[in-house]
Amino acid sequence: MSLIQEPAIPLFEEVVNGYTLLSAPGANSESSDLRRARQSAFDRFRQLGFPSIKNEDWKYTNITRFLKDEYALSVAGKDGRGVVPEGLLSKAVIPGLDCYQIVLVNGVWDGKIAGGALGVAALPGGIQLLSVAAAKQDPTLSVFFEKAEWGNQHFANLNTALFTDGIFIRADAGATLDKPLHIVHLFTGDRNLLVQPRHVWVAGRNAELSVIESVLSATGDIKIWVNSLTEIIAHTDARLDHTVIQMAGAGVRLVNQTTVRQKKQSLYNNYTFTLPGAELVRNDLQARLEEDHTETHLYGLYLAAGGQLIDNHTLVDHQKPHCFSNELYKGVLLEQSTGVFNGKVYVHPDAQKTNAFQQNNNLVISKKATIDSKPELEIFADDVKCSHGSTVGQFSEDALFYLRARGIGEDTAKALLIAAFAFDVTEKIKSRAVETYINELISKHIPVTHA
Amino acid sequence: MLIIKNLHAEVEGKQILKGLDLKVNAGEVHAIMGPNGAGKSSLASVLAGRENFEVTEGEVDFEGKNLLDMAPEDRAREGVFLAFQYPIEIPGVSNINFLKTALGEIRAYKNLPPLDAKAFLQLSKEKQKLVEFDAKLVNRSLNEGFSGGEKKRNEIFQLAMLEPSLAILDETDSGLDIDALRIVSKGVNKLRSDKNAFIIITHYQRLLEYIVPDFVHVLYDGRIVKSGTKELALELEEKGYDWLKEQSAEKEATTI
Repeated sequence: MSLIQEPAIPLFEEVVNGYTLLSAPGANSESSDLRRARQSAFDRFRQLGFPSIKNEDWKYTNITRFLKDEYALSVAGKDGRGVVPEGLLSKAVIPGLDCYQIVLVNGVWDGKIAGGALGVAALPGGIQLLSVAAAKQDPTLSVFFEKAEWGNQHFANLNTALFTDGIFIRADAGATLDKPLHIVHLFTGDRNLLVQPRHVWVAGRNAELSVIESVLSATGDIKIWVNSLTEIIAHTDARLDHTVIQMAGAGVRLVNQTTVRQKKQSLYNNYTFTLPGAELVRNDLQARLEEDHTETHLYGLYLAAGGQLIDNHTLVDHQKPHCFSNELYKGVLLEQSTGVFNGKVYVHPDAQKTNAFQQNNNLVISKKATIDSKPELEIFADDVKCSHGSTVGQFSEDALFYLRARGIGEDTAKALLIAAFAFDVTEKIKSRAVETYINELISKHIPVTHA
Repeated sequence: MLIIKNLHAEVEGKQILKGLDLKVNAGEVHAIMGPNGAGKSSLASVLAGRENFEVTEGEVDFEGKNLLDMAPEDRAREGVFLAFQYPIEIPGVSNINFLKTALGEIRAYKNLPPLDAKAFLQLSKEKQKLVEFDAKLVNRSLNEGFSGGEKKRNEIFQLAMLEPSLAILDETDSGLDIDALRIVSKGVNKLRSDKNAFIIITHYQRLLEYIVPDFVHVLYDGRIVKSGTKELALELEEKGYDWLKEQSAEKEATTI
């Protein structure tokens, strides 16, 4: 099994050593349940090792080359606390967006909130922000970190075994965050690092939250492996808007799992934008519809360039009746990039009257780019409406000629067509400021000449 | 303005134009008529630079420059405009942004400064009025969900905005009801001047009642086989195109 090959991966040894230190008696004061969860997740990870293309969920995403580098476990207070290039933070700012903004460096929050009057914003009543380092030690909150059942999910197990920090958000029943919370994740270091942020967000009954995450990095030649795990719970009637803007640089390998648990009549909207930069991006977005009458919208746009590999694995798990889910992912593949889309929709026998729709469209611009698109529907209820579609195409020659025949140069015409292709997704963003910002990011990344 | 000499072109190895000659001067309106498959739309495509058309022989001189050497966008920037028979729908590209981009690139090519937002808006409003184009359509995605008539009127609106010296109208009348036809024709008539020229490709004489041509040419089997004034159009309307085919067959028979 994997035991034979794993020791060849330096990171594997690093995490084994790291865990030995963390779990030593007296090494930390976490609850016994959390320690048990860590132990069980670690044992599982040790068995599983890092995924290879032999694992069905990683069939099209070969991470072997990224595992050849050595990474050290990042240490809070040591790695990345010092210098955050000023320009980096300003890149993350979304012009014209009125929001609360917090900054996490390598997953560690400095406790500051910007965006209110006087620069330090007080959050509205009923909304609580805490560092995970603090929350997991809190006897009333540690229960949120004790989930031990991650099955065969390699990276979720790894994260659970070793996470130290992240952001904990809680909105009490009926609480509303009056403007979006913008979380800026910066990754930086002076040595190769494995950073494992863990976030837990809880939206109470009838609470309303809008969260925007930006992922950026300043690494130079440094490689940072980010293994991030976010757990979201949307209680009855809660409404959650979640936008993710991934624009980290080349040295970042981003493995990002988000698991959403939806209760009765809750609404969850996710908008995931992945831009050129990080050599490896793997998003696992899982919506688990645990109660009836929920609504879920998943929108994604990936623009891949260079030798980038962007993999979006989504799961919509219809467990109960009368739930609605809609998914639209679009991809633009430039240069030698690779895209992977795997959209799984699972409808349990109980989940009658399910409405589940899924669409994935790809524009492959370069002859050297590839896309693997795989819709995966497993339906065990008989009274449901489910549909899926997947397309891969090139520029429409007719559209290109039409634009050129009006005096628009070939490159500009192509840029217009790419923006138009992306429009179906970008138009879904509710905030005008965010939509404009995303559109500008897209056009900035469209090269003048195409291979 | 435009001199076409002995133009031969093929598409996918099939010869479409077989030695076409045409001369168009500024201020003139030329109508090109002919039966289906004669090569009318192919002529429009060749002039606009559609890539699947290959010119095998002949030359096209536009205002002293070799048109055939230019990329489609450069032909447009030099002042050639093709009103498409089937305008393309491009969801996600707004009509107005599209025009702003096009006008911007044309002006840059001519070393003119870009129009500021206000001047552009002004121009757009003025031209919308001139060609009776619905303001609501201006901000929509390019041709998306437009009716056939709206698409054709959008072509004329673009024509008004870009002010080309040579406009080629490829079966602009097809699919138009009588009201739309009248509006489109009115627009074209307002845009006519002694500095520009029009080539109007049409299957029917109907359009020519509204846009009166200076010359009418009959295109048949890849060549212009007959030229005349507007009376020729009436004659064609009356007699159809069959007599042409017979005449051409006779001609071929005699040459053998």
